[in-house]
Amino acid sequence: MNIVNAILEKLKTMGLLRNSNALFKAGIIIVAGIIILSALAPLLTPYSPIVGTGDELAPPSLKHPMGTNNLGYDMFSRVLYGARTVLTVVVSATLLSMAIGVPLGLISGYYGGKVDRAISIVMDSMYAFPSLILALAIAAVLGASLINAIIAIAVVYVPTYFRMVRGQTLSIKSLLYVEAARALGASDSRIITRYVFPNLLPTVLVVFSMNIADAILTEAGLSFLGFSVPPPTPDWGADLRVGHSFMLAGYWWLVAFPGLMIMLLATGFALIGEGLSDILNPRREAVG
Amino acid sequence: MVLLSVSNLKKYFPLQKSFIERVISRRKQYVKAVDGISFIIREGEVFSLVGESGCGKTTTGRLIVRLETPDSGKIVFDGKDITFAKEKELRPLRRKMQIIFQDPYASLNPRMTIGDAIAEPLIIHGIADKREAREKALEMLVNVGLTPPELFYKAYPHQLSGGQRQRVVIARAMILKPKFIVADEPVSMIDVSLRASILKLLMKFKKDFNLTMLFITHDLAVARLISDVVAVMYLGKIVEIAPVDELVENPLHPYTKALLSSVPTIVPQMKREKIILKGDVPNPINPPSGCRLHPRCPLAIERCSKEEPKLKYVGNNHYVACHLL
Repeated sequence: MNIVNAILEKLKTMGLLRNSNALFKAGIIIVAGIIILSALAPLLTPYSPIVGTGDELAPPSLKHPMGTNNLGYDMFSRVLYGARTVLTVVVSATLLSMAIGVPLGLISGYYGGKVDRAISIVMDSMYAFPSLILALAIAAVLGASLINAIIAIAVVYVPTYFRMVRGQTLSIKSLLYVEAARALGASDSRIITRYVFPNLLPTVLVVFSMNIADAILTEAGLSFLGFSVPPPTPDWGADLRVGHSFMLAGYWWLVAFPGLMIMLLATGFALIGEGLSDILNPRREAVG
Repeated sequence: MVLLSVSNLKKYFPLQKSFIERVISRRKQYVKAVDGISFIIREGEVFSLVGESGCGKTTTGRLIVRLETPDSGKIVFDGKDITFAKEKELRPLRRKMQIIFQDPYASLNPRMTIGDAIAEPLIIHGIADKREAREKALEMLVNVGLTPPELFYKAYPHQLSGGQRQRVVIARAMILKPKFIVADEPVSMIDVSLRASILKLLMKFKKDFNLTMLFITHDLAVARLISDVVAVMYLGKIVEIAPVDELVENPLHPYTKALLSSVPTIVPQMKREKIILKGDVPNPINPPSGCRLHPRCPLAIERCSKEEPKLKYVGNNHYVACHLL
């Protein structure tokens, strides 16, 4: 609880809660809406997402608001439960890559020298790959499962954090208050944790929400190609794959709803990111 | 007793060159920020370093507290040679010597409360636990005139004015009760109306702790007000050192005279030899040969452009580097 309070306090001082803007609010509403709906899924739909209703390829109706698929699964409940899968994979993957990328960037940027060059080369070569291709390669090697999808996506986004944090660390390191801390006798680890990290936290938050948006698309791509959670686990990308072979036959609801959800959730997180970066923009801060 | 002695201290900064320039010429160029200066500061003394911007006074201050490493020379602080000491060896010494920077806006961590910033040195040096540190920081806030202390403790730097921030910076430096402090133009970025009160605060601590201070300023009037000894710097060299009254009443170096001529006096009729320098401070990358002042000095003779003058003792603890004496 202490940590939660501390974070809230930090957010307050950064002006997040006071001067939130329209973009940020819209993003929060979309994302919170989807999270609440998926959490309340058992109350909203009587059907299990992995048990056939006996009614195959039924169009949207009052009974099945988003229709059913070729196996008779209720699409509405698959969409709701699918959100759980997507959010689990994407959020844990991004948190994991943040947990790896941020410390690496701090060390690399703060100490410089050979360590920095070595880490930078590895990160840059990873960054050179298109993210989906790299995720596919990793997932293909590890095999299709929830954990492996998380690992594959996490690895792909480590360089994003690394590069951003390293750059910020380099510029913060040369600021007068870091020098003042050194003059006070603060150790390197204290300077990193108390002076550098808190000052790049806002940027990490922005990158975090932008990254989730991107990771949602990567996850959808992975599961569309069959490299994420194995069926019949509800997952939007996997449902797209099933649905796309029925699309030409006119069963549009098999792809339309999962596709819309992917778009909506990714947009939500992107909006939060945009809003955050507006709020945290130093020029705005100076005015407020 | 001598607390700090600096001898023949040098610091050259290599000039960043573009790729093409590097291909064309191998010769490295340097900015000779500090070029062989020597002085001593006695315990309890306020020693002012005066000079125009770019003369190397700030670099000197940073070298002494070892935020920069000198190229050559020697710095002895409190009996210890710290010229090339490693960061780890310096850490315990930092308790005894502190620095106050010119810019109060940039020298506080924007994400740390005022109270935490002031308590920070106590925690870094393991002098107090969190509760004691808080108590002492609150006490210190009162001492520097930021009341009510509870309110300021929780505030963030952006909520304070420049003068208030400089008080916080002073409190942070003083909470360790240091022996020696470098004050690098501590009032030059502060509103004129508040300067006197900040200086008074510094002098109060000086008296209470028997503090020794290196005061860096471009303002001879301020230096005269607070210091015991004044050294005048020009382009990386010290040109004159003397006790403050001696320097003001009997300036011997043309550069010191010029600086004094630019200080407004209360009595306009007061007779004083006026010296106006020609032109601007030359580029420190290629400083003039001989005496560095000679292209600007109205009294320059031929010898000045050829031979570098050494600091000479002229009596009354007064040292000057000029061929004309």
